[in-house]
Amino acid sequence: MPTHLDNEQSLVAAAQAGDSDAFVTLLNQYSRHIYRVGLSITGNPQDAEDVLQESSLKAYRAIAEFQGNSRFYTWLVRIAVNVALGNLRKRALWKESSLDEPREGEDGSYVPMEIESWGDDPEKACLHNELQHLLAEVIQKLDPKSRTIFTLRDVEKFSIEETAKLLGLSIPVVKTRLLRSRLKLREELTKYFGKDARNAMPTGHR
Amino acid sequence: MRCRQVIDKISEYIDGELDPELVRELERHLQHCEDCRVVVDTTRKTVEVFCHTEPLPLPNDVHERLNQMFRHSFRKGEPN
Repeated sequence: MPTHLDNEQSLVAAAQAGDSDAFVTLLNQYSRHIYRVGLSITGNPQDAEDVLQESSLKAYRAIAEFQGNSRFYTWLVRIAVNVALGNLRKRALWKESSLDEPREGEDGSYVPMEIESWGDDPEKACLHNELQHLLAEVIQKLDPKSRTIFTLRDVEKFSIEETAKLLGLSIPVVKTRLLRSRLKLREELTKYFGKDARNAMPTGHR
Repeated sequence: MRCRQVIDKISEYIDGELDPELVRELERHLQHCEDCRVVVDTTRKTVEVFCHTEPLPLPNDVHERLNQMFRHSFRKGEPN
């Protein structure tokens, strides 16, 4: 993530004063992050592009309201998450049913299947863009709600509390889903990075 | 602490949010349980790899359409 905060502050100030080029420069620093958030949550490139376009336009229209209490990126991601959630709701993939609430003892029934330490660190085991493709692919093995929670907490580094607030979920639901997601993704990645990994990298990633 | 409880506490443990007393219990368990050590270690690595990996560059066509959208909005003179 870009860290030129001084530059960022001046770009924000210019954008707020009506300089549209400054806004585009600012946005272009983060557009691939926003696209990844959209892709992780919606699960397909067309919707991810819609999320990127719609949230960029919303941010552009609302830039005067940005107070500078958080980083510009955090503000932008919040907008993108809300747009992406709207997309999931429209496709009825974000179910509000109480059946989604974790049941007592449900986590306890989890038994790890892949118990194998990893060889090289993933960053050393494959090329950077192979790794990026692989991560984008395995995250789609989670259900939409779980991958949204995982994306906010573990990819975008929101706190548990903020993740819960953004998604309108309770903290226990977020914690339970996060735990299950991490364990599930651990299983998936162990298939690639385990010392005796049986899987080659997915087709097209080499 | 048993293996099942270790699994339940993994998230809080790797996030450093587990009560110190439980951390001691969990680490005592890890000293003699190889399987749990592996699961804890690889779960931590899973979180790390996701949080450290930068996203791919925006596909060129997506980038171009985003810029087109802005040019179109600016021509319409909104909102500034």
